[in-house]
Amino acid sequence: MSILEIKDLHATVETPEGTKEILKGVNLTIRSGETHAIMGPNGSGKSTLAYAIAGHPKYEITSGSVQLDGEDLLEMSVDERARAGLFLAMQYPVEVPGVSVSNFLRTAKTAVDGQAPALRTWVKDVKGAMDNLRMDPAFAERNVNEGFSGGEKKRHEILQMELLKPAIAILDETDSGLDVDALRIVSEGVNRAKENTEVGIMLITHYTRILNYITPDFVHVFVGGRVAEEGGPELAERLENEGYDRYLTTAN
Amino acid sequence: MTLTTDHSKAELESEGLSFGPATGEESRATRHASFDVAQHPVPTGREEEWRFAPLRDLLPLFQAEETTVSEEHLSYDVDEVEGVRAGQLGSGEGPRDSVLVPEDLVAARTAELTANALHLTAQRNVEVDQPTVVEIGGHDASVVAHGAIVLETEESSSATFVLNHTGSARYAQNVEMVLGANSRMTVISLQDWDDDAVHVATHVASIGRDATLKHIVVTLGGKAVRVNATSRFTAPGGEVEQIGLYFADDGQHLEHRLFVDHAAPKCTSNVTYKGALQGKGARSVWVGDVLIRKVAEGTETYEVNRNLVLTEGARADSVPNLEIETGEIEGAGHAAATGRFDDEQLFYLRARGIPEIEARRLVVRGFFAELIQKIDVPDIREHLTASIETELARSMN
Repeated sequence: MSILEIKDLHATVETPEGTKEILKGVNLTIRSGETHAIMGPNGSGKSTLAYAIAGHPKYEITSGSVQLDGEDLLEMSVDERARAGLFLAMQYPVEVPGVSVSNFLRTAKTAVDGQAPALRTWVKDVKGAMDNLRMDPAFAERNVNEGFSGGEKKRHEILQMELLKPAIAILDETDSGLDVDALRIVSEGVNRAKENTEVGIMLITHYTRILNYITPDFVHVFVGGRVAEEGGPELAERLENEGYDRYLTTAN
Repeated sequence: MTLTTDHSKAELESEGLSFGPATGEESRATRHASFDVAQHPVPTGREEEWRFAPLRDLLPLFQAEETTVSEEHLSYDVDEVEGVRAGQLGSGEGPRDSVLVPEDLVAARTAELTANALHLTAQRNVEVDQPTVVEIGGHDASVVAHGAIVLETEESSSATFVLNHTGSARYAQNVEMVLGANSRMTVISLQDWDDDAVHVATHVASIGRDATLKHIVVTLGGKAVRVNATSRFTAPGGEVEQIGLYFADDGQHLEHRLFVDHAAPKCTSNVTYKGALQGKGARSVWVGDVLIRKVAEGTETYEVNRNLVLTEGARADSVPNLEIETGEIEGAGHAAATGRFDDEQLFYLRARGIPEIEARRLVVRGFFAELIQKIDVPDIREHLTASIETELARSMN
């Protein structure tokens, strides 16, 4: 049982126009097995929340706290956070030329577990996870994200989540730009991970479409750098019908 | 005919790019060549050829009036391999001096002052699998040593030659490569010098009909190292692959200039040089000239240089030049780019739990991987992988 607790989180970013506050007091708690959809308009700070929790150097945390099972994540380096059980599926995964997917996965698994995985079971696990995500075995020999299509990149992100088995996973707009087939495959992967590992999920999305495939336990409307409204799945339906306009007029 | 230019990657520091000769520079075809030392002035640093060079370090090589090669200063050690004949060639004794006609003062002095050149020949129709390794060990960087090496593959033979440079030296070197028809030659020049070494090398290859040259330059050590590598096609059907890999640290100047002279039809050349730089004053220069002469119809050529700047304070210059005198070619392209260690790559890897030092290692190993894979000698491949790890460890502790 894991718990991610975000309390009154404030974060800034340096821009040419000066320091800008993006997160303005975020409160959110995610437990194992729970799925929280974070929905909001462009520019509301959803992705900043994801990257700030993961420790991207671009964002400075000015106040508040983020704890995973009582440990202060903000005191940890990026890789320490991942080893503590945090995972971030990125919206724009980065190319790493000359590094094969299989080498990358093994290196990451070894780092997260603190020991190299047993070879025989590992090869089987990777193959099984790739099969489930309808990824060709040749994929493992390609360089990380190099020449991947949008759908391949997202499947590769979910593949990592399934293999690394984090306690808490943040999915940053994993659904953006996917066609329906790819969306279904990716969603199945997320649901499989939930079932197999009880991972707690923060599902950041701009669109309600993915919620037809992944049922959230909670929906948080994110506007102007903080959670503006919270509710159950019914809130997503309301957003589907009304959009974000209602929040935008009051947020500024 | 296709012309491609890829400048999509981040570019840093100075980068030149030109079709045709650089401004103020004559066509590469017309560069003055002569064995007469008096014909080559001492460089001032204003010449296109020398504008990036660390002239203060190279000065002794311009001034040397006599050679002082003795075993005390610089030693040669050749591992004899069956099928390869080892001998010596005096000045003007063919094929010595038939391929390399000096285009600068250092090469001219070296040709003049080297009494005997080492001559290694793979004999006609013989395929030699085992590499012939020449260990060139420097023991004294206070005096100038000159040396000349002639590598030859006779008709339909194949051989690999390794020139392994280690220790301390102030060394001017001419290397001639004579590829007979239908022969295959691989040359690997490893500059694994100590920190105080100064080395200026001029490599020139003459590529016969249907012959294939793989020319590999690896420069890791030395204070100032400059390697000029020229490949000249003399008959149709030749193929050249020039590969370079360098890693410049604090205060190191590593300069690689190459010239591919398409002087015959239906030849193919491929050039890939990659370098990493780290530390204050780490400096690399890459100048790649490709000339497609009027007769060279059906040419196919591509050259690329990539630099990876790992820390602040390092500088990479990269200048590709492509001169095309005929439109009847298969393809010609070039690309050059210099990028910094990518913070987003590091973040991505670290967000998967991979510690920073290991993430950096992965990125740099990945950067060089495609080149290391092309080196067919396993010992050298392993040595290189280990050397890169050592270099990286220096900047990451």
